Amino acid sequence: MGKTNAKTNLESQIEENLRKVYQRTVEEDVPDRFKDLLSRLKAMDGEQPRHQEDNS
Amino acid sequence: MSDASSGSDRPVADPRDEILDHLPSLRAFAMSLTRNSAQADDLVQDSIEKAWKNIDKFQVGTNMRAWLFTILRNTFYSHRRKAKREVADVDGIMAESLSEKPGHDGRLAMNDFEKAFAQLPDEQREALILVGATGFAYEEAAEMCGVAVGTIKSRINRGRAKLTELMNLGEDETLEMTDKATMAVVANGHVPRSFSA
Repeated sequence: MGKTNAKTNLESQIEENLRKVYQRTVEEDVPDRFKDLLSRLKAMDGEQPRHQEDNS
Repeated sequence: MSDASSGSDRPVADPRDEILDHLPSLRAFAMSLTRNSAQADDLVQDSIEKAWKNIDKFQVGTNMRAWLFTILRNTFYSHRRKAKREVADVDGIMAESLSEKPGHDGRLAMNDFEKAFAQLPDEQREALILVGATGFAYEEAAEMCGVAVGTIKSRINRGRAKLTELMNLGEDETLEMTDKATMAVVANGHVPRSFSA
């Protein structure tokens, strides 16, 4: 009765939409705040050499 | 070459330099969990900071993306637990803000899918994205979520079933209603005249 077909079709639509939803954000440019954050974290590390003990 | 600035004795590259490469997928994963870009980016920021501080716990040679995703999801669920204590009706608010969101790409089917997707429990959405969109294996997803492989599989199956149900309702509403009406009539034993001939 075409029911199996319709189901398979819906399932592949789901897979495709999942990838689209995800991919849409993946393809966005990463906001500068993250690059800034990483540089800040890196700079902080440079100031104080890394020790094994953690005083924070 | 600008990478000579590290004072590390180790000849291997700092694994933290890899974080940048994973930002696009981290943001996409955060977006699928929070369904809100401001919250998603806050979540990504918290996760990067945690990853940076805890880089010692990362085992070089293992999957950095999986490690970062694990930090992100753990952060998300711990925030959510806090939020649930503070706000009684998180789901209601989420649903409300979602229904206001305009579909700027104008793609109706996609919009329907996203609405349906947003209605799933977080755990099902997460499992579907991890396996269906990022391409992690069931085993990897299970490890990241701290559950058995069977649990991931069942979350995916339940998520798919729910999505199918929701999308079906949207797409063939008329057909569905006719079917239901017929079923109800048959179940009640009132066979319509046109059918009894």
